[in-house]
Amino acid sequence: MTKKIYTKKEWMEVLKGLADTYKIFVPVRDGDFHTFKALDETKIPDFDFKNTQLSPKSLVYPQSERMFEYTLDENAPDANIIKESKKDYSPQAIVGIRPCDAHAFQIVKPNFDNPEYQDPWWIQRYESTTFVGLGCNDPGSTCFCTSVGGGPFSEKGLDVLLYDLGDTFLAKALTDKGETFLEKAQGGKEADEKAINAGEGLAAGAADKIEVRVHTDKLKDKVQTELFDAPFWDDVAFACINCGICTYLCPTCWCFDIQDEMVGKQGDRIRNWDSCMFPLFTLHGSGHNPRSKKVQRVRQRFMHKLKYYVDKHNNGVQCSGCGRCVRNCPANIDIRQICELMNVEC
Amino acid sequence: MKNPYLPYPVRIDKIITETEDRNLRTFRFVFLNSKDEEKFSYTPGQFAELSIAGKGESPIGIASSPTEKGHVTFTVNKVGLVTTRLHNMKEGDVMGIRGPLGNWYPWEEMEGKNVVIIGGGFAFTTLRSSIIYMLHPENRPRFKDISVVYGARNPGMLLYKDELAEWEQRDDIHMHITVDGTDDPDWKYNIGFVPTITEQKITSADNAIAIVCGPPIMIKFTQPVLEKVGFPPERIILSLEMRMKCGIGMCGRCNIGDKFVCKDGPVFSLAQLKNMPPEY
Ligand SMILES: Cc1cc2nc3c(=O)[nH]c(=O)nc-3n(C[C@H](O)[C@H](O)[C@H](O)COP(=O)(O)OP(=O)(O)OC[C@H]3O[C@@H](n4cnc5c(N)ncnc54)[C@H](O)[C@@H]3O)c2cc1C
Ligand code: SF4
Ligand code: SF4
Ligand code: FES
Repeated sequence: MTKKIYTKKEWMEVLKGLADTYKIFVPVRDGDFHTFKALDETKIPDFDFKNTQLSPKSLVYPQSERMFEYTLDENAPDANIIKESKKDYSPQAIVGIRPCDAHAFQIVKPNFDNPEYQDPWWIQRYESTTFVGLGCNDPGSTCFCTSVGGGPFSEKGLDVLLYDLGDTFLAKALTDKGETFLEKAQGGKEADEKAINAGEGLAAGAADKIEVRVHTDKLKDKVQTELFDAPFWDDVAFACINCGICTYLCPTCWCFDIQDEMVGKQGDRIRNWDSCMFPLFTLHGSGHNPRSKKVQRVRQRFMHKLKYYVDKHNNGVQCSGCGRCVRNCPANIDIRQICELMNVEC
Repeated sequence: MKNPYLPYPVRIDKIITETEDRNLRTFRFVFLNSKDEEKFSYTPGQFAELSIAGKGESPIGIASSPTEKGHVTFTVNKVGLVTTRLHNMKEGDVMGIRGPLGNWYPWEEMEGKNVVIIGGGFAFTTLRSSIIYMLHPENRPRFKDISVVYGARNPGMLLYKDELAEWEQRDDIHMHITVDGTDDPDWKYNIGFVPTITEQKITSADNAIAIVCGPPIMIKFTQPVLEKVGFPPERIILSLEMRMKCGIGMCGRCNIGDKFVCKDGPVFSLAQLKNMPPEY
């Protein structure tokens, strides 16, 4: 597979040149944080960041997305008939995505793409995306990717991996999609032995910087009903204010709601991200609610991520160790501690 | 790629008001494109999303039987947004149906067995589907005795009254219709709660499978009655309800443990439920 080296200055030009082929998303500084934005003349890519505040999940799975459209105008021949909306699935590339966030899409995939049902929107957007990762030279204090099957230079779910070598980027193609991307990324030069070795050295050093170890090895063997009845849930949930920040920031949370919205006689069926932290999520029309209490909802979030997913998909835990929920929870609830509570010896 | 969220367009062919409080109506639908009827091939116990442009969708059990061709029917309680809109629609109106969804009653396991059907309130819909299905001349020989206990608050709240009367006359199905109470002096059937009538009428679990659908309180009190008669949890079959949106295991709201009621259910045996978190 192709390995190329670009000076950083050159790389910015390369990205502009790619705009004919892809819609390019890059990390951009936005106030105190970084976010992924579509590259145009007004945006300056900034690859000097730990991670974006919001995960890039919305680039494949928008926070709000039109599913269908319809008219209620009785004079129209297709009144009240729900129809598919036109969608744009031209190629896009997320450049600078962190390995944990690329891994997250792999974790989410079996939910939207399984033998029984295929979600056409998630799959088409996912397939039209080229994931150009940027390895983490200097992982954050809340990162724990190495405990959940990833790593600061993990290649899972990536098409290209970039190594920040100071003045240059080493770019490694990992898939056919990645080869195509580097082919179109005009410029740079073939990477030499020295650059490749430097990249490998960086990767090894970065993994060692993550000292936190979260243990997940016993989760699989636990009995679901026993973990469900574990004594610690009340304590775990005590401080939670059910704000839902953790689920919205999380790259591996995928729950959604479906709503109809009307303007005049024209309407759309829309899906919006939803959260298991909200009581309405499970409220029946009758008023009955199987998760009416906060502790039930908090338990659902962690049981889903660390037990139900594990049992159902045989694909590790439903967490890529990005640390966003740990950093941003106003009540300091830490999934790493809860995982340890759940993983204790039976 | 088949879009699992896209409903088939249908026309409301007939609306029947079932109960005296007018809160339950049966809707008969005809597919606008006749080919869609083949695609909507279902088995009793499954459900579908009734889809109304501008309002949304509601998961509703399929009340017709696959042996009834040319239409599908649903019996809907008026509750909130979607179901109230549906109750205000008229024959000839166009809407959508998405499905069939979920699993079904264990028909293969039921072959050669006695079948006990226990229903309460308006959860009788997929049980009607099942009875019509089993009584079809092609299917009837596959099952031994069929017994039905069906209860409602009062006679006016029973669904499918004409069919109940007809089944009462037949000798290939044992009907035990009951009401919680009535002031009708001509009431010919039982008076008493479903669990009580079950205790009186269902006296053997030999080679039998029981399907139980009804409000939680009825299920709670019927379960020990069946266990006392000798039904093991593997042969007590229940159909569950959860708030749903996608109906295909993706939106994440209807799970009990790692099972989705929409996709892995709604039909579960009591044995399965005993190994799942009690969160429903
Ligand atoms: C498998 C299954 C079979 C069902 N069969 C029948 C039936 O045969 N007849 C019948 O009258 N009712 C049935 N229900 C219950 C019915 O789905 C709800 O009463 C209905 O969705 C309420 O919708 P609404 O828009 O009128 O109420 P609202 O309270 O306005 O609900 C808004 C939305 O929330 C969801 N929702 C609310 N309550 C429920 C609920 N109990 N179950 C699932 N989703 C819900 C729906 O998406 C609904 O559109 C069934 C439910 C399930 C899960
Ligand atoms: S961010 Fe923290 S407080 Fe908010 S819902 Fe999540 S766990 Fe609860
Ligand atoms: S659970 Fe927390 S650490 Fe894990 S992927 Fe989600 S936001 Fe990141
Ligand atoms: S209704 Fe969406 S997961 Fe079951």
